[in-house]
Amino acid sequence: MTRDEALAQFLLRMGDNTLILGHRVSEWCGHAPVLEEDIALANTALDLIGQTQMWLGLAGEVQGMGKSADDLAFLRDVWDFRNLLLVEVPNGDFGRTLMRQCLFDAWHSIQLGHLMTSSDERVAAIAAKASKEVAYHLERSADTVVGLGDGTEESHRRMQEALDYLWPYVGEMFQSDEVDAEMVKAGIAPDPASLRADFDALITRIMGEATLTIPDSAFGHKGGRTGKMHTEHLGHLLTQMQWLQRAYPGAKW
Amino acid sequence: MYAQMVKSEATQDDPEKLAAFQARIDRGEKIEPKDWMPEGYRKTLIRQIGQHAHSEIVGQLPEGNWITRAPTLERKAILLAKVQDEAGHGLYLYCAAETLGVSRDELTEMLLDGRMKYSSIFNYPTLNWADIGAVGWLVDGAAIMNQVPLQRTSFGPYSRAMIRVCKEESFHQRQGYDAIRKMAEGTPEQKKMAQDALNRLWFPSLMMFGPSDKDSVHSEQSMAWKIKMNTNDELRQKFVDQTVPQIEFLGLELPDPGIKWNEERGHYDYTDPDWSEFFDVIKGNGPCNTDRLAARNNAWKDGAWVRDGLLAHAQKKAARKHAAE
Repeated sequence: MTRDEALAQFLLRMGDNTLILGHRVSEWCGHAPVLEEDIALANTALDLIGQTQMWLGLAGEVQGMGKSADDLAFLRDVWDFRNLLLVEVPNGDFGRTLMRQCLFDAWHSIQLGHLMTSSDERVAAIAAKASKEVAYHLERSADTVVGLGDGTEESHRRMQEALDYLWPYVGEMFQSDEVDAEMVKAGIAPDPASLRADFDALITRIMGEATLTIPDSAFGHKGGRTGKMHTEHLGHLLTQMQWLQRAYPGAKW
Repeated sequence: MYAQMVKSEATQDDPEKLAAFQARIDRGEKIEPKDWMPEGYRKTLIRQIGQHAHSEIVGQLPEGNWITRAPTLERKAILLAKVQDEAGHGLYLYCAAETLGVSRDELTEMLLDGRMKYSSIFNYPTLNWADIGAVGWLVDGAAIMNQVPLQRTSFGPYSRAMIRVCKEESFHQRQGYDAIRKMAEGTPEQKKMAQDALNRLWFPSLMMFGPSDKDSVHSEQSMAWKIKMNTNDELRQKFVDQTVPQIEFLGLELPDPGIKWNEERGHYDYTDPDWSEFFDVIKGNGPCNTDRLAARNNAWKDGAWVRDGLLAHAQKKAARKHAAE
């Protein structure tokens, strides 16, 4: 694997995470529990789609095959996607959506913090812009997880169920492979495993305030970021997201 | 127009106070929430601002219907930003209504149980991607026609909300026109989508201005109070006159064979919408009324535990802070 091939894979991982999570969050539009949450969810989805344009745009450039961010978003099949499984699982209730957001935001904010000092200036520039947005995402998702965990008996139960359901998808964020090794060698991105301690400290504090118990299991599903095995859910998501581009090839929108 | 057929409330106040109030309005003064106002003025405004706010909220649904299927990342981002703006408009309008002594929760309950209405246009479906362009171009276009004069309405908080809303709506209208233009100039299939959207949404857009003036019995009092600034037919004609050249520019066929320039009037003639369809939709028999209201009811019901949870947490936090002091 050349350095550029590894970099392109890394950029797809970043952009596919934001694309798929942005899609999931946008599914809430008009259905949130309260108007302020509708606005916040749309705002989060919008930030994530904006970040996708930057990550996938750069991925296409590095690949050097003339592909745009839209080509990569709308014309790849499930096995080409490199997002974490965590972001493709269905929304569930509002609690599960916000718990997923919090787990992702915690990882994302730490990751972007490292990427801001990347040896690749293009990566550092995207990270600098995205990190401002993600700092707000984390503040909001963490506050909501704390509020609902330490709310009523029912909200506490639902948040604990959400954490129990999602926890097996957390481990994948910290798995490393040859793409990551190449990125570390080039000083472009940190070793995923090296982010775990900061993540655990942050999540332990948030879940503590939320009066929730982190499951005592180190098991982690995997296959999303390598593309080896996605969940069944991703294919359905793509049929919706890619439909117009697939049904009317070559049209300009 | 996001508020249709708002009935003016009769008012039984002291004639002297009423005359002084009317004189303030006639002088172009703004009425502020703490000022004296006739009960009918207050109630009519609550109904009108509330209906307008509900329209913004329910209006998220037909547009949200296409967010997950938007054809490019840029179009998806534009649509998300637009829907977020609409929800924001809902928020300021509910705040403006709250200054008249009604809470957002009360207004929401009245929407959910059908005591309050929202604009009939949102009971029509968005069936192809060009509908999203057409909603911006025609629906927001019709809304702006009504909202621009409402920037000068007599009630201060409503007027200020309209100033902000209009800036964003004009932007939405331009984006909508740009989206549909891309399709009108695109492949034959895209042009077909644009034409289909225009044909379906044309008459419902004309209906947004409310019934014809000869059948609109509630206007006079609202016009005297400067809650309503123009008659329904004036605004509808203005909309037709503005939109016909835009349709021609797009190279689309006119959606109504009755559209013809009338030299003598200096306006386009057009066919009146089918008012029996309008009254059916208002009564709840539009293509999407049941689904739209069900979606809002489900969101409210399914979200109850979230609202209760966050409230309970805020109370615990306040109690802990109090105990620590």
